[in-house]
Amino acid sequence: MMGMVNRVVDWVDARLPVVDAYKRHMSEYYAPKNFNFWYYFGVLSIVVLVNQLLTGIWLTMFFSPNEGFASVEYIMRDVEWGWLIRYMHAVGASAFFAVVYLHMFRGLMYGSYKPPRELVWIFGMLIYLALMAEGFLGYVLPWGNMSYWGAQVIISLAGAIPFELLPGISPADAKEIGEGLTTWVRGDYLLSTATVNKFFALHVVAIPIVLLALVVLHILALHEVGSNNPDGVEIKKNKDENGIPVDGIPFHPYYTVKDLPGVIVFLMIFAVVIFFFPDGGGYLLEKPNFEPANPLKTPDHIAPVWYYGPYYAMLRATTIDFIMSSKAWGLVAMGGAIVILFVIPWLDRHPVKSIRYRGIWSKIFMAIFVLDFLMLGYFGTQPATPGKTMMAQFGTIYYFSYFLLIMPFVHKFEKSKPVPERVTGGH
Amino acid sequence: MSNDGVNSSRRTFLIGLTSAIGAAGAVGVAVPFVKSWQPSAKAKNAGAPVKIDISKLESGQRVVEEWRGQPIWVVRRTQDMLDTLPELDEKLRDPASEADQQPEYAKNEWRSIKKEYLVLVGTCTHLGCSPLFEEQPTVELEHGGFFCPCHGSKFDLAGRVYKSVPAPTNLVVPPHSYLSEGVVIVGSEEGETKA
Repeated sequence: MMGMVNRVVDWVDARLPVVDAYKRHMSEYYAPKNFNFWYYFGVLSIVVLVNQLLTGIWLTMFFSPNEGFASVEYIMRDVEWGWLIRYMHAVGASAFFAVVYLHMFRGLMYGSYKPPRELVWIFGMLIYLALMAEGFLGYVLPWGNMSYWGAQVIISLAGAIPFELLPGISPADAKEIGEGLTTWVRGDYLLSTATVNKFFALHVVAIPIVLLALVVLHILALHEVGSNNPDGVEIKKNKDENGIPVDGIPFHPYYTVKDLPGVIVFLMIFAVVIFFFPDGGGYLLEKPNFEPANPLKTPDHIAPVWYYGPYYAMLRATTIDFIMSSKAWGLVAMGGAIVILFVIPWLDRHPVKSIRYRGIWSKIFMAIFVLDFLMLGYFGTQPATPGKTMMAQFGTIYYFSYFLLIMPFVHKFEKSKPVPERVTGGH
Repeated sequence: MSNDGVNSSRRTFLIGLTSAIGAAGAVGVAVPFVKSWQPSAKAKNAGAPVKIDISKLESGQRVVEEWRGQPIWVVRRTQDMLDTLPELDEKLRDPASEADQQPEYAKNEWRSIKKEYLVLVGTCTHLGCSPLFEEQPTVELEHGGFFCPCHGSKFDLAGRVYKSVPAPTNLVVPPHSYLSEGVVIVGSEEGETKA
């Protein structure tokens, strides 16, 4: 029996390097032995991705973009177990962002974007960007009233692009270009089923293909340079006589086995949310989305889902007209807040990788940054009041200052601890 | 590798020419894909003008109709309401309606064809929410007006935007005209556009 299996493997391997690929990415991929709690979120992202693909494929079997709201009701009430598949998908979207945010925070803490891992970080950021597009497109599909008005707000952003700053374009022309652009995105003079059909195609075909390709690139780039670790020590600098890092252990079986309990704990929490709090108290599925899209009735308060909160807070924090309209500045703040994340590898000039061995100021400013991001996220989901707008303005200023003023220079004002030669902990 | 017998300038020329023709072809192929995103003939037909009967509208009242999926408001303003308009100029971003947010025939101090009747597209110029009609003075609007619950933008009873709010411009006056004393048509200028 085994002989036959081996013959089949040999036959395939002579035609496709499967054994080589398995070794390179699993049994002989040496990961640092000191991974901690924060290293669960990469594998959890894969778990949620698989959940989204599987439940998403099943949802397309029952969903119809021409009657978005009615077909979601149909899935929830008439399709056997449809409610569970839909809740797995809807809660899965929030779970995806939760684990991705924690995964990104891990990278920020341990300097995982620093050389030679810049490309790993950039592919990761592109995944994050694709995920935001995917989340938005998916939120429009059920065609509830928040789908409608959320899409109205986001699509009208295309009309806020200040084309009049380009040479030879008058404000009237710029307005026409902006309106033409929003009409083109909607495929109609208003949001309609033409828009939903378009978004459906992008949500279930185009963006998932891009997302999967980026995930492959993210992992290939990681496996080329090797994983960072909580100490920020390069394990490849210290190899034994066989060329294997002395502080490295094979990904399989060591980390596959370690990751399993993490996956189980995650799935338990995930199941609790799906079964008992599928709408997350209005944060995962917003209340106005339980009524159909109505162009004549704006919800009292248009709030994005929690994972866009920080950027939405920055979008509406700008209230001053200066060269461009305040609306255009909002677009710049929101876009800039995301673009700036791509260049972190070049903004961070600290000689020490991991926060563990950085000085006190790095730690304090990073802690404030975390609080700032959470605060912006909160204000992004709340109705605007003058007080909250002012807090969001402070939050936006700190967000940009952290990357542009603190990150490049903080090392000049603090004394870092010595970085050890070998990784610490991990047995 | 030896380059014996290779005419490299011809090779460069042919590569350049092939690339240019290929790129032109790619642009050509992109056209149907990009154009297909435009409103279809069906959607264009659905964007036809709407008639609104305003003969039964009382002073101080508003009717809401739908044109191209947007809320269209017709407000019949009282003399008191009209009297507050000039007093507000100081507090407004664009009191004289300089920005191109209305047809020429509505570019006047009350932003309408007939003084009494205000016709507006009822979506906020910030991010497209529909503002609330406050016919009575409120905390935010001492003379009444339109208040956007989404991000707090404020407009007076001629749809003119206040300073220091997120909305950049006055509310839009749609193209419209009067077919008779009591019927206004939105989306068409076939009727009367003078008071």
